[in-house]
Amino acid sequence: MMQFMLLFSRQGKLRLQKWYVPLSDKEKKKITRELVQTVLARKPKMCSFLEWRDLKIVYKRYASLYFCCAIEDQDNELITLEIIHRYVELLDKYFGSVCELDIIFNFEKAYFILDEFLLGGEAQETSKKNVLKAIEQADLLQENIDFQMRLFAGVMIPNMTSESSGLFQS
Amino acid sequence: MPAVSKGDGMRGLAVFISDIRNCKSKEAEVKRINKELANIRSKFKGDKALDGYSKKKYVCKLLFIFLLGHDIDFGHMEAVNLLSSNKYTEKQIGYLFISVLVNSNSDLIRLINNAIRNDLASRNPTFMNLALHCIANVGSREMAEAFVSEIPRILVAGDTMDSVKQSAALCLLRLNRTCPDLVPMGEWTARVVHLLNDQHLGVVTAATSLIATLAQKSPDDFKTSVSLAVARLSRIVTSAAIDLQDYTYYFVAAPWLSVKLLRLLQCYPPPEDAALRSRLTECLETILSKAQEPPKSKKVQHSNAKNAVLFEAITLIIHHDNEPNLLVRACNQLGQFLQHRETNLRYLALESMCTLASSEFSHEAVKTHIETVINALKTERDVSVRQRAVDLLYAMCDRSNAKQIVAEMLSYLETADYSIREEIVLKVAILAEKYAVDYTWYVDTILNLIRIAGDYVSEEVWYRVIQIVINRDDVQGYAAKTVFEALQAPACHENLVKVGGYILGEFGNLIAGDPRSSPLVQFSLLHSKFHLCSVPTRALLLSAYIKFINLFPEVKGTIQDVLRSDSQLRNADVELQQRAVEYLRLSCIASTDILATVLEEMPPFPEKESSILAKLKKKKGSSKLPDLNDARRNINGSTNHTEDTETAEKVSTHSFTDKLNVNSTPSTGASLLVDVFSDVSNTPAPNDVSEEHFLRFVCKNNGVIFENQLLQIGLKSEYRQNLGRMYVFYGNKTSTQFLSFSSSVSSNDLLQTQLNIHTKTVDPVIDGGAQVQQILNIECLSDFSDAPVLHIQFRYGGALQNIAVKLPVMLNKFFQPTEMTSQDFFQRWKQLGAPQQEVQKIFKAQHQMDSDVAKAKLLGFGVALLDGVDPNPANFVGAGIIHSKTTQVGCLIRLEPNTQAQMYRLTLRTSKDSVSQRLCELLSEQF
Repeated sequence: MMQFMLLFSRQGKLRLQKWYVPLSDKEKKKITRELVQTVLARKPKMCSFLEWRDLKIVYKRYASLYFCCAIEDQDNELITLEIIHRYVELLDKYFGSVCELDIIFNFEKAYFILDEFLLGGEAQETSKKNVLKAIEQADLLQENIDFQMRLFAGVMIPNMTSESSGLFQS
Repeated sequence: MPAVSKGDGMRGLAVFISDIRNCKSKEAEVKRINKELANIRSKFKGDKALDGYSKKKYVCKLLFIFLLGHDIDFGHMEAVNLLSSNKYTEKQIGYLFISVLVNSNSDLIRLINNAIRNDLASRNPTFMNLALHCIANVGSREMAEAFVSEIPRILVAGDTMDSVKQSAALCLLRLNRTCPDLVPMGEWTARVVHLLNDQHLGVVTAATSLIATLAQKSPDDFKTSVSLAVARLSRIVTSAAIDLQDYTYYFVAAPWLSVKLLRLLQCYPPPEDAALRSRLTECLETILSKAQEPPKSKKVQHSNAKNAVLFEAITLIIHHDNEPNLLVRACNQLGQFLQHRETNLRYLALESMCTLASSEFSHEAVKTHIETVINALKTERDVSVRQRAVDLLYAMCDRSNAKQIVAEMLSYLETADYSIREEIVLKVAILAEKYAVDYTWYVDTILNLIRIAGDYVSEEVWYRVIQIVINRDDVQGYAAKTVFEALQAPACHENLVKVGGYILGEFGNLIAGDPRSSPLVQFSLLHSKFHLCSVPTRALLLSAYIKFINLFPEVKGTIQDVLRSDSQLRNADVELQQRAVEYLRLSCIASTDILATVLEEMPPFPEKESSILAKLKKKKGSSKLPDLNDARRNINGSTNHTEDTETAEKVSTHSFTDKLNVNSTPSTGASLLVDVFSDVSNTPAPNDVSEEHFLRFVCKNNGVIFENQLLQIGLKSEYRQNLGRMYVFYGNKTSTQFLSFSSSVSSNDLLQTQLNIHTKTVDPVIDGGAQVQQILNIECLSDFSDAPVLHIQFRYGGALQNIAVKLPVMLNKFFQPTEMTSQDFFQRWKQLGAPQQEVQKIFKAQHQMDSDVAKAKLLGFGVALLDGVDPNPANFVGAGIIHSKTTQVGCLIRLEPNTQAQMYRLTLRTSKDSVSQRLCELLSEQF
């Protein structure tokens, strides 16, 4: 079972955190600090897995963002790597060429998509179509539609190029 | 995707996020956040009722602030209100806030549960899913209690939508993890198993996770899942990729589901039914064969997904361990990966081969890759891959290749990364001991370890070499000669001095015949290192010297001179001084006979488990360590083993462990050297020490000090003068027995001299739901600052649990309150006027400033409150005496609250600066 997933930038800023085990806020902060440091210190060609405490860490970098998952001893590293990839695909499809800024400004959406995909640390629905269908249906229920918002968000910080480069362009 | 509705138009939120991002400094960010918090607070408190949209926006802002790492202490109520909104987006944000921010806050949980209950009953699948996600995300006990009977019903009901079934399955899984005792098995299990046949692959995927977890705990209830899982797996692996439509991932059919099905099958032995068994074998063969086919895509996702299934299949093959053919194929496949250009695959192949090495069928096949693995150790650029190579070498080691592997590990150690040196040292030490045919090789190897990586040689390792030398008389002469030679080096590691001192003290006589190592030469050699060593080593050397006096009467005079010198007899260190005085007296008064009896050679050590192995297990977690004592490893690697080889092996193993297993305990007329080693440390590994509730016990003596999902520890304590008694209650929260339960208290070296704690042993078994009690007797010898640590160890369902809790034994517990008149108080206050006797601290109130509460806390702290002493009635003045065995320290306390500034000023005066300091630290955290 996945114990938690963290998304953080190359500068070490946490963009999304999802915990599937109960931990105190203090403990979460400690873990995050430690892992961000460990992962950022690794060189590009190194392997995507590492042992950490009694867990296995699986991580992958997409453009400016690191996706980092902690799984248990018996869990499968490679399939976790593809869990990360599928999540990135889902974000990409939903936002249309997703970039870090999308996740910053629409963090709640990133959480909603994740909840449709993974629940309780296990894959709930691995079909891309089905996950996106669920999110679309939810979106149709929304009112106050304002499709300026996302563009508007990107325009406000024109100089942050790394954060606005698509995750798939690396 | 429609281009609409990517954001739901919370303009204020976007502006706020931009503002935060534009902040140039941390201070500016904090300022902006505080402004926003004030704004939101006033909006929430305002008279005007907020509409749903604003409420949603502000709750979302709070969430964002929390995710930035700031604390949020309000808004929970508003979020709960959103739950009952009938607008989806408002409900959704409400649930998100709750999922991220609420941890079992009991007042709110009831309200939240009500909202969830309504949504679950709404029959609206989107709402039901939100509610189920929330339960799965929070997963608290209260929620489990409220919904655990409802969710299985939703899961198996005929009219439940597929997506709701998926959420319900994983929701139940999460609740089962939090509170296994609450999730009922029974009528619904058969129907859950049947979900493996569901048409919707998403439902099957979610259900498989649930079943695999439940089956681990009660395999019998889910036995029928085996045939269904095999059938499902078989259909997947033989399907054409496109059959599964969107469940095909980069030309691989349903990789996630396949991995999960293979995981489920690992809960069971190979199927007994022949047809089923051959169908499963076919599946596994197909998966192995596919690995040899040319890839259908060059994308890494394709190969990852394919290999994920392959590795899981290999894990199942190893788990079954009954098909030599499959095991060898698996091994060959992994062998190919060992040289793959993808680092990830090399890493996983090394890891997977480790488990393969412990199967009798594939052990030989694994061994054929030894050169590749050694090469990996030398050339891999990533330390985590090298670590795996070390693990594999350790796992594939047997008597036939031990010398080669130990030599390679030793040479790697010279350049190894600091992070893994200690582990390699332990592994080398274990292999050298286990596979030593002649013990001279063992002694050489350990001395090499100390030479190459002395700093990483832990106590366990050098204790161990001494134990073995003592227990085996055929190696003692060689050991003495070898350490003597090693000590000749101008710079040698202190660990070598320890080993050398001990061994020469015991067996120096065996080499004393050679004039080059005459008694005097041996003594001078050891003593030349004396002044460079730490106190414990010097203490050990002094013991070696007194042993010399017994072994070699001719050097008695020289050694007595050394003991008599001021640097020994008047050494500032108590231990050294005491040894010098006692040894000197002993050598003067005792007759040769008495001396010979007291300083007799050490009796053999009793042997239970190698202390090094225990240490490595602690380091790695016992589950991860391939068991070298596994019976099948004793066949010395031959796959076609016969009775004969097995017996032969047994005999030789026997003779070699025999000496180590001598059960005679060292005589109780304990030789002095026993002392040095009496702390062959059994203290558990210093894992994280819980001190979460520590400070709550400063002003009270009873309560719960630790609680996790398995165990609750409660305390009740009473103190009188310098003595205390603590009752520790261990409550098993689960329905399963805790086995091999043990608990002990440890203190650091300094604290051991300040605080005596005597522990009564406790029953090793705690039944499910039961509570046992342990009594600790405490004696305060002198004032102290640290706190002892309570270590608990037990087995729960096979896994070893280690818990360490900081015990709330603090200095103020030994307070005796003292009443005195105003006049007396001021007189003493003035007497304690030296600058170091007074400690003052001004600090911000962490809690509401309530005079009655403060009074209660001060009384709980242990002092008497003196009325009418301070001219300002709002201030508190108190007095008490700290009792320790050696001294009593009078303490005066003054606490001045300033309600306007929300600050306190605390002043303490005592006759001892360390006492003032410590009491101030403890008390200032309480208000």
